[in-house]
Amino acid sequence: MAKFTAKPKDLINIDYTTPKTEWMDTPTEIREHMFCHATKAKDLETVEFPNIHEWRPQDEDWKLPANWEQTILQGMQDLLKKYRSFQLFMDICVRCGACADKCHFFIGSGDPKNMPVLRAELMRSVYRGNFTLAGKILKKLAGARKLTPAVIKEWWYYFYQCTECRRCSVFCPYGIDTAEVTMMARELLNLLGLQLGWIGGPVANCYMKGNHLGLEPHTIKSSVEFFLDDIKEITGITIEPTFNRKGAEILFVTPSGDLFANPGTYTAMGYLMLFHELGLDYTWSTYASEGGNFGFFTSNEMAKRLNSKIYAEAKRLGVKWILGGECGHMWRVIHQYMDTWQGPADFLQEPVSPITGTKFENAKATKMVHIAEFTADLIKNNKLKLDKSRNDHLVVTYHDSCNTARGMGMLEEPRYIINNVCNHFHEMPEDTIKEKTFCCGSGTGLNASENMELRMRGGLPRANAVKFVKEKHGVNMLANVCAIDRATLSASVDYWVPGTAVCGTHELVANALVMKGEKERTLDIRLEPLPGKEASE
Amino acid sequence: MKMLLPFVAVMALVAAALMAVNVANLHFLFGVAIPYIAFAVFTAGFVYRIVKWASSPVPFRIPTTCGQEFSLPWVKQNKIENPSTATGVIIRMALEIFLFRSLFRNIKAELRDGQKIVYGSDKWLWLAGLAFHWTFLVILVRHLRFFVGDVPMSIAMLEHLDGFLQIGVPMIYITDGVILAAIGYLFIRRVLLPQIRYISLPADYFPLFLIAAIVVSGILMRYIVKVDVVGVKNFTMGLVTFTPVIPATLMQGNGAWFFLHVFLISVLFAYFPFSKLMHMGGVFMSPTRNMINNSRMVRHVNPWNYPVHVHTYEEYENDFRDKMKAAGIPVEKE
Ligand code: HEM
Ligand code: SF4
Ligand code: SF4
Repeated sequence: MAKFTAKPKDLINIDYTTPKTEWMDTPTEIREHMFCHATKAKDLETVEFPNIHEWRPQDEDWKLPANWEQTILQGMQDLLKKYRSFQLFMDICVRCGACADKCHFFIGSGDPKNMPVLRAELMRSVYRGNFTLAGKILKKLAGARKLTPAVIKEWWYYFYQCTECRRCSVFCPYGIDTAEVTMMARELLNLLGLQLGWIGGPVANCYMKGNHLGLEPHTIKSSVEFFLDDIKEITGITIEPTFNRKGAEILFVTPSGDLFANPGTYTAMGYLMLFHELGLDYTWSTYASEGGNFGFFTSNEMAKRLNSKIYAEAKRLGVKWILGGECGHMWRVIHQYMDTWQGPADFLQEPVSPITGTKFENAKATKMVHIAEFTADLIKNNKLKLDKSRNDHLVVTYHDSCNTARGMGMLEEPRYIINNVCNHFHEMPEDTIKEKTFCCGSGTGLNASENMELRMRGGLPRANAVKFVKEKHGVNMLANVCAIDRATLSASVDYWVPGTAVCGTHELVANALVMKGEKERTLDIRLEPLPGKEASE
Repeated sequence: MKMLLPFVAVMALVAAALMAVNVANLHFLFGVAIPYIAFAVFTAGFVYRIVKWASSPVPFRIPTTCGQEFSLPWVKQNKIENPSTATGVIIRMALEIFLFRSLFRNIKAELRDGQKIVYGSDKWLWLAGLAFHWTFLVILVRHLRFFVGDVPMSIAMLEHLDGFLQIGVPMIYITDGVILAAIGYLFIRRVLLPQIRYISLPADYFPLFLIAAIVVSGILMRYIVKVDVVGVKNFTMGLVTFTPVIPATLMQGNGAWFFLHVFLISVLFAYFPFSKLMHMGGVFMSPTRNMINNSRMVRHVNPWNYPVHVHTYEEYENDFRDKMKAAGIPVEKE
């Protein structure tokens, strides 16, 4: 495969004209840089998925199993019976098009099949043809079509160009959530063994080793120890976190991405410093070492299998409650799915902050608190000594991740934190934040490298809003609460708005946090000189 | 094709009705039998669809949250767009159903100067959609005067309000003009906006044409061809009391327009349960809108939840015991 070399000024030349032919008669071309490689058979074997076979997306023949058609139709039937959302969303769309230009992939690509309504019609057309009377009789007249191998390819191509961000659902008069349709489509494609490498690999890793990156227990520990050295250099303070410790009050779970690569690692350092400063009785786990859940991008069952570790570990260690790190889809899963799958969590206690005594009423059943809620409460109760000026070199804006915005509604806590640790904060335009926030463009396991054109196109609306505040206010730091954002926005912002960095909210907290017994800080968390401190040392 | 076919279909329906009545004298079939059948199909079909939706479970609590959630006591919650109580959900749903709240959010994305994306407010669809549905409802309610013996005060008042721009006799209803304009807008936007044209199916044009034909035939009867209203009332009262009669005044001359109107409405009724028009029932049941966002506070039960294969801690420790011990990480079995 050739390297992706398109320049931003060419990529933004987006063609919004619709093809001459009707969409059903317009064949789908599987285009380079827009799709991800197929997964390795061994990864699917690890989690015992059906119909595992070797295939390549760019090949003509995908080697579908002999009974592929029946498998899909039976699968659809099952899902229609299991999910009212799916049944309803197949039935009631009026094709008003209100959702059409709300999808970052449509805005960035102009491809009509990236309009949420048309993406869903890819599935609806097959639904009509096989499950409705009108569709069976009137066929194409009723918007129905036959299921063919070409349809499977089209599904695969376009349902892996949806990041399940739910932005379309905000604008639909019936709340039709194309993300829900995408989830069903991906379940179906998995029945045929058509998985992405970038999803299949992390899922297998997470199943066997506890985290997407496949970090083994000793490696997790040594990664954290590496951060401790840096923290010591910055603050002069020695921190000694614990792993898999029974009897701790709190289990801390965060996405493994933050242990692995910049700038996520700085956020992880932020957690370590904050917890040390508070003297929090908490432990990390190497078994439940993943907050995120790539299983969620394959099937509901797989998501549940991976997620089971969090409660199981909390129970084994005998903690009182669970604190979760900054992540997007992790929180969709924990907020809207975990308790339903694995609960009731009656072996845990209703979460109470040991520092402020605040009861986290909103987490009393699931017993898992988001760290932004936890920290906002600390700041509100004056439990942290903060020196905002240490972030004075940063002009910050905040990106709401799709899941915490539209699948939870955590909008104000991170803003409250940022405003208390930074002097310079500016919002992006109203139509691009909070419930209308744009996806980073690479969620749901699309953060591979071979689909870079897709990622940059999908990342355009977000980057475009960053560019706006950069030009208007000189913004140079894009804060967020999501591990995938930290990795993917770095790439898309670098492409569209060079000169802007990306950070987690707790990196900013760590910069500002005045710790007991710390030496005078001259470095920020990235080990770069603090402004005004370059000369004084 | 996508547009022509539904147009031809509606024209064929119009022709069929006019010919059946004028030429073949099928007044009973078109005035009595078909309306009864259509009503039965509508009722059975509507109930069937609702029951089908209602009987498929809602395994997860998946509201689309559009504002701040219930959180710490000092964080201001958006109690409607992100409801944590049933009251909040009721208000959220009422705003959706009566005011098309989500459609009101509509914005238009545009690539400007080939280098930046800008968003502008775009409320026309909301306005036309609201105008269409509300006038449809008012007209429907006005029609109740034909189905009850003594016209209740409320309907009389509605008629009065609707006709407050008194222009000549008969009184001209505002709704008649508004619904035509709204349908016109909905149609024109479907044709003119390339993306919307691209996603449109015959099933999107057909109801628009059909409803337009119903409205036009109604307007014709009221303002131009003048059908015998007393006869109509006798006829409709006969229908609802299951003692159908066809008054002589309707059997001749302009009466055919009335049978056309009744026939088209029957088609709409019979078509309703099989079509996207079912959004009327579906909008109440959409789990992204009608659920309370309290899934971390109150456990939501999935009726088909089942146990799954997991990789247990024990298996994990078996895989890594030596490495864990070497790294000083506690283990269960030494
Ligand atoms: C609870 C009742 C209903 C609600 C909340 C509702 C809501 C909506 C909304 C929000 C739209 C999209 C915007 C638009 O295109 O206007 C729509 C479209 C539509 N509705 Fe309804 N509706 C209801 C009942 C009905 C009924 C009873 C009919 C007719 C028999 C109807 C016919 C239509 C049609 C034809 C469209 C498509 C318009 C187009 O082509 O763009 N609706 N409805
Ligand atoms: S906004 Fe909703 S009803 Fe309108 S086209 Fe999109 S999915 Fe369909
Ligand atoms: S969920 Fe997001 S990515 Fe998927 S169709 Fe809707 S707007 Fe596009």
